[in-house]
Amino acid sequence: MCGIVGLYLKNKKYNKDLGKFLTGMMNNMSTRGPDSAGFAIYSTERKKKYKYSICYNENNIKEIKKNLSKEIKDAKIKIISDHFVLETSLKPLKVISIIKSYDNLNLVGYGSSIEIFKQVGNPRDVVNNFSLKNFSGTHAIGHTRMATESAITTDGSHPYSTGEDECLVHNGSLSNHNNLRRTLKKKGIEIKSQNDTEVAAGYISNGLSNKKSLKDTLIDGLKDLDGFYTFISGTKNGLAIVRDEIACKPAVVAETKDYVAIASEFQAMAHLPNVNKGKIFEPEPGLVYSWGK
Amino acid sequence: MIKLNLKKDSLRKVNDLLQNLDQKSNDRSFKIINPDGNHAICAGLKEEMDVIIDGHVGYYCAGMNMKAAVTVNGNVGTGVAENMMSGSVHVKGNASQSAGATAHGGTLIVDGDTSSRCGISMKGIDIIVKGSVGHMSAFMAQSGNLVICGDAGDALGDSIYEAKIFIKGEPKSLGADCEKKNMNKKDQDLLKSLLKKASIDENQLTNFKMYGSARKLYNFNIDNVSEY
Repeated sequence: MCGIVGLYLKNKKYNKDLGKFLTGMMNNMSTRGPDSAGFAIYSTERKKKYKYSICYNENNIKEIKKNLSKEIKDAKIKIISDHFVLETSLKPLKVISIIKSYDNLNLVGYGSSIEIFKQVGNPRDVVNNFSLKNFSGTHAIGHTRMATESAITTDGSHPYSTGEDECLVHNGSLSNHNNLRRTLKKKGIEIKSQNDTEVAAGYISNGLSNKKSLKDTLIDGLKDLDGFYTFISGTKNGLAIVRDEIACKPAVVAETKDYVAIASEFQAMAHLPNVNKGKIFEPEPGLVYSWGK
Repeated sequence: MIKLNLKKDSLRKVNDLLQNLDQKSNDRSFKIINPDGNHAICAGLKEEMDVIIDGHVGYYCAGMNMKAAVTVNGNVGTGVAENMMSGSVHVKGNASQSAGATAHGGTLIVDGDTSSRCGISMKGIDIIVKGSVGHMSAFMAQSGNLVICGDAGDALGDSIYEAKIFIKGEPKSLGADCEKKNMNKKDQDLLKSLLKKASIDENQLTNFKMYGSARKLYNFNIDNVSEY
């Protein structure tokens, strides 16, 4: 089943409420996916700073923090639950190799704007653990998972991020992901898990790295990704949604003058301000919708 | 009119009240407020009553309905009036997928559009959609009538049995074994009565086309044996 949500703010006055709104959306989608949850928050980028969202598996976080601070001089580390966000001006190539040298660290995503958090457990607990309600930002994506084809682990949780400031959530399943994983790996895209969605995220990263727009990449995906899906994908500039042409997997969009809300079911967005005054519609099968700067 | 507030009362409590109405009660008029996209609102009603739902509703609204008249001032999710037996459901907004699926009787009116699979496997219901319907509508429709005032998506009436489809606009494509039929006086009268049910002006009657089964899938065709 799985529940997916996305929120793109057009009006800056709601930036401080982004986390609060997304909390409500994810709580209301916990019925569709009680196994694990995750979210990606985009906030205004700070020049020449990168943020690395990292999941740590052991309790020796103090020592990790100490060691990382030695290797990365200007590292600022913010710990939230079993994740921390490392902020530095050091370039990704260097930082990623440092993070990889730690066995117990797992890079969840990075970029100048994105922060990603994901965890096993009921979405209501997960958003609480990460204090999602306190986050502010410009747009966000969330996922509540009912696991089907890969294990209930943090690795198997969404959103998936396979490139700078990119992320993807998925409701559905893909049938040609094994073949596609091999093809993408040959092209140098790193895919860590056995999960089908991570392959789709890799497919998008590959398109974007070839200077294609997110929208065009998703249009190409309609031919190349076999299976059933509703995807919400994010970049630092905005969000996009696409449903496969059979459109078994649901989606509702509500667009008001202040925001665009996307969810698997309307009940996820019923609490948003003035949602009933907005234009509410179902995305047409096989059409890509995008919002952004 | 009795007001029911889904912000205060649980869905189960509201549905329980409507499903087990006191037979002696003369209060047969209800208004549900704050539906907030909840699922299965007014599912399984079996007595004559009027229910107005003020707002957007989730899945399976008024499913399995008998006798009751349910009006939704908003949009509905998947499977509105699915398996309805009798009564009526009027959606003032749009409906999602599988509207009126497998329904045996009653009337479903949608003022807006429906998405895919409207009237899938319908078995006697009358569905009147004032807007357009999505792909695979009236898939395996067995009996009843589907009136579409707008257009239809791909594969309209795929594998249709004896249901009738009336459409004013154009189907993007027809499904297997669905073909255009000539309308006779009886069909015209039927369409007229259906439009009347939905309070659609009789002047709108012109330009409707009728589709139904070519009945070529009813029996095995020996020429196709090599296909299996």
